[in-house]
Amino acid sequence: MSEAAIPPVSLADTRRGALPRPLSLLKFRRFAAPVLLVVAWQAGASCGVIPSRLVASPVAILDSFWSLSLSGELGRNLLVSLARVAAGLGIAIIVGVGLALLAGLSRLGEDAVDAPLQMVRTLPHLALVPLFILWFGIGETPKIALVALGAVFPIYLNLFAGIRGVDPKLVEAANTLGLSRGELIRHVILPGALPSALVGLRYALGVAWLSLVVGEQINAQSGIGNMMMDAREFLRTDIIMVGLLVYALLGLGADQLVRALERFTLVWRPTLISTRR
Amino acid sequence: MAADADFHTALNRQGKGDGMNADTHGPRPTVRIRGLTRAFGGAPVLNALDLQIAPGEFVALLGRSGSGKTTLLRTLAGLDLVEHGHVEMPARRAVVFQEPRLLPWKRVWRNVALGLRGEDARARALAALDEVGLGHRVQAWPLTLSGGEAQRAGLARALVRDPELLLLDEPFAAVDALTRLRMQALVSALWLRHRPAVLLVTHDVDEALLLADRALVLDGGRIGAELVVNLPRPRRHADPGFAALRHRLLLALGVDEAAAGLSLVDLPAEETMPGWNGRVAGIGAAE
Repeated sequence: MSEAAIPPVSLADTRRGALPRPLSLLKFRRFAAPVLLVVAWQAGASCGVIPSRLVASPVAILDSFWSLSLSGELGRNLLVSLARVAAGLGIAIIVGVGLALLAGLSRLGEDAVDAPLQMVRTLPHLALVPLFILWFGIGETPKIALVALGAVFPIYLNLFAGIRGVDPKLVEAANTLGLSRGELIRHVILPGALPSALVGLRYALGVAWLSLVVGEQINAQSGIGNMMMDAREFLRTDIIMVGLLVYALLGLGADQLVRALERFTLVWRPTLISTRR
Repeated sequence: MAADADFHTALNRQGKGDGMNADTHGPRPTVRIRGLTRAFGGAPVLNALDLQIAPGEFVALLGRSGSGKTTLLRTLAGLDLVEHGHVEMPARRAVVFQEPRLLPWKRVWRNVALGLRGEDARARALAALDEVGLGHRVQAWPLTLSGGEAQRAGLARALVRDPELLLLDEPFAAVDALTRLRMQALVSALWLRHRPAVLLVTHDVDEALLLADRALVLDGGRIGAELVVNLPRPRRHADPGFAALRHRLLLALGVDEAAAGLSLVDLPAEETMPGWNGRVAGIGAAE
């Protein structure tokens, strides 16, 4: 008893006194490295060690970011890029979900859809750019098509796997409850496949940005990628870096969007990581 | 009846196929199985099985692992097709599985209401949940329920369908011993109130004797032994006659207590029979 009584007191003491400090220190330490890196980068650029012909300084990048935003050039190009991703992704979701339902819910559909799709999937879709230019010209169509083609596979594959991965015991139980086939699909199979489908959506978003970057650097008249290609002509590394920054932020934002969607639609899942993150 | 006769002449080498319990439970049984044979590739799991269950009768089905208990239950649940034989069963059937099998993405009451038709589905679901003592958890997500609570929800989901035949597939095997006792008492009370015919698949000899009117032992693909449990309800382990029935049932299952050196009276409560998860004496009443 006495043994047990003493340590908790001292333990509580150390916990109260010591725990917040390492935590906050830890937090700072996590940010310290990137901040130091940026500072060193700026210092290097200011001293002329890093030539602006290769990489613009952080301050110059922020400056260009600001002026491009003010002039409306950044906003206009951003809207064009966003519209391309949205259109491509929209097509990919419609086609991918449709094909996955077809293949996932019937054996006939699987035979008809899955084999050809698995074959096309092995092609790196970015290699189709020359063909797409021949087919669709150099307007909006090849860019949207490239985004759609890249994003359709992760959506299809994950939803298909999700549908097929629904616990057969749950399907069996639902059958004993007298559900119709439509009700079974709506109440059991689709909700069961949703976690997997959302993973597919996240992958698809990543591929969509990637496809957009490639698509916009070829024969584009507008968009973030075009803005970057134009800047290359004038050795404006600051504008190129702004474009990279925007791409990064867009990717991050899209990921957060799907995470929020997951939190909203998958509330029934017990939170494994309760409060961290 | 024509189809019935056809199957019998074709498949039942046993002759008429009038099993040992035919025609002893009134004119219109809830379940009537004649010459049911089911094989998965090799030797038949069910071999010309005959079984009748009277309306409102509580039947416990025991047998070794692989004796076909679950196959028989799945056939009655409509989850396994009838290849050879004749099966008559009511349209209103409900199943409680060993695992609760609730849809994790639907709140408890929606799980119970799943597949119900009509405006009052929600009210009926809530009433059923109340009846199994889960009225305070109707809005919970299934994955947050304890094992016992989840099985209660499964029971409510079966009851709300007002089944003529209730199929219980080892429903208490995965819950702890105390919860199991409570669940057995609950099932007993619910059965007395609603009076469905019940087929309970169990490994637990005591459970069979506490709940059932009749205990059947499945052996070699057909009913190998039948034991009418005519003890007064509510039943207790301490009832005179319980021990005798228990001994007979265990013998029918191939477990000889005397030979195994186990005596019913002076065993510790946790002791189990070899190969059985049936608890042995000492726990006391079923409450």
